[in-house]
Amino acid sequence: MNLGTKRASEKASTSVNTSLNKAPWLRRARPYLIMAPAVLITIGILIPFAMAIYYSLTSYTFRLPTYKFIGLKNWISMFTNRSFWHAVWVTLRYAFFATLFEMLVGLGIAMLLTSIENRFSKFLRVVLTFPLMVAPVIGTIIWQLMTNNAVGILEKFLNIFGVYNFPWASAHETAMFTAVLIDLWVYCPFVIILITAGIQSLPKSPYESAKIDGGSAWFNFRNLTLPMLKPTIYIALLFRLMASLQEFSIIFALTKGGPGDTLMNLSVTAYNTGFHFQKFGSSLPYILVLWLIVNIVARQIVKRWMKSQQIASGRIIEE
Amino acid sequence: MKRRELLINIVKHVLLIIYALFALFPLFWMLLISFKSDAQMFNTTFIFTPTLENYDAVLLRTDYFRYFKDSLIVSTLAVIVSLLAGVPAAYALANYEFKKKEDLAFTILSFRFAPEILVVLPLFMIYQRIGLYDTYTGLIWVYQLITMPLIIWVLRGYFEDIPIEIEHAAQIDGYTWWQVFLKKLLPLIRPGLVSASLLAFIFAWNNFTFPLQLSGTNIETVTVASLKYLASDTVHYGQMAVAAAFSSLPAVIFALLIQKHLVRGLSFGAVKG
Repeated sequence: MNLGTKRASEKASTSVNTSLNKAPWLRRARPYLIMAPAVLITIGILIPFAMAIYYSLTSYTFRLPTYKFIGLKNWISMFTNRSFWHAVWVTLRYAFFATLFEMLVGLGIAMLLTSIENRFSKFLRVVLTFPLMVAPVIGTIIWQLMTNNAVGILEKFLNIFGVYNFPWASAHETAMFTAVLIDLWVYCPFVIILITAGIQSLPKSPYESAKIDGGSAWFNFRNLTLPMLKPTIYIALLFRLMASLQEFSIIFALTKGGPGDTLMNLSVTAYNTGFHFQKFGSSLPYILVLWLIVNIVARQIVKRWMKSQQIASGRIIEE
Repeated sequence: MKRRELLINIVKHVLLIIYALFALFPLFWMLLISFKSDAQMFNTTFIFTPTLENYDAVLLRTDYFRYFKDSLIVSTLAVIVSLLAGVPAAYALANYEFKKKEDLAFTILSFRFAPEILVVLPLFMIYQRIGLYDTYTGLIWVYQLITMPLIIWVLRGYFEDIPIEIEHAAQIDGYTWWQVFLKKLLPLIRPGLVSASLLAFIFAWNNFTFPLQLSGTNIETVTVASLKYLASDTVHYGQMAVAAAFSSLPAVIFALLIQKHLVRGLSFGAVKG
């Protein structure tokens, strides 16, 4: 992502020669001044974030006009609450399954799409993006039209196989499956698009030399495609894992976290505590924990992504 | 050997067709149901007498167009604000070497990954206090967290792709830096500019968490309003389908327009398609 450094330094060395008429401090301040509006607009919205940490230490509710500082009480009551650990478990499980299936199916479909070059694959590449463009909330509504036992088509489809009244989102056992299925429907095209582009931009020469050596398709995939594709895979993984850890729209539109507390992940629990039960102060620790998890995971993936990028580009030079 | 290749080819196509059915059938089903009357909803599958009564009910007898207008205003203005502040910022990141540059760039990117609920909970309180709750300004501001990082990161890449010689030539012609920016560089990145704007618009249009919690009575976006068709006591599935279909329309059309640049936009410039 820091490909621009070379260009920027070239520019820096030449601009010293060209702009002689300006005061040097103004020239040095220029990039900061140009950046200022964008930074102010986005930082401004982050003041709430700092406040979140403070208010997590208070008894703030929307019902009472006054509140007091109560130290770590909200935090302690959260950590001793069974529903918190349940929410962490749901969050991790949802993110794991959604991301895993999206990456596997996405990689598979992308390999298939790039292995055939005809009108059909070109057509698919365009239309497969449609689910990604539909808002996740709307996508969930569409799936409710599909899974509804009275009007939905899936019930009739399953009847053929002798399955009747499949409960989908309404039963504890199948709710997670249904939510992950919708997540897969919405976001798998994202992985497909990225990895398809990644495969197409791979250099051709390693494959040509492998052909001369008579390498099998599996050998090529394992030793050429996968290592060179790793940077793209990490980017897809980063985006999908971050988003699925925080997923709110799909779960909220599907069951609002139910049935019972089956789909109550950290986002939905924080929303319920904060808005539904109006316990503002005690809802904040949930979301701060989520933020922490997201940050740790993101850092790990970015680190690996950078390393894989170096390895991938190194290999290309070697060959 | 040839037979084996043919077989593999058939298997590949079958697998792709299965996935395509999974991806596209729900959209087809939505359109199908939108033409089905409530009377035929429960006892027909594919064969029924199509009717426009759902369209009539949603588009003409509810506030649907008001929601549509609200979504349009908020998303469009959010993108415009991001462009005004973000395009120069992208240029600065691409063209200048300065202290803390990458830190700044990554801070802006990290907004995209901050949990939306984390921003929204305290913001709900602040907005109510300073009068931004349930206003266009309030929503447009918070939407910057979606649109600004995208605009800056994607366009930074497009600026970096411009050969440095073009700028040098312009400088020799006596252009000042902002003339170079406006007259030489902006026209060159126009395809990127258009596609990043449309993608930012789609993201803003599709957002649900922000308008759910920071607006509600004066302003209602289509994503939030669509849930109402689900929640009412007697569910009109046909009307739900109409609401869903209409709110997906702008995003799908825009996506078709920017196919070539989609990869770059979706990955924030990290993968160049």
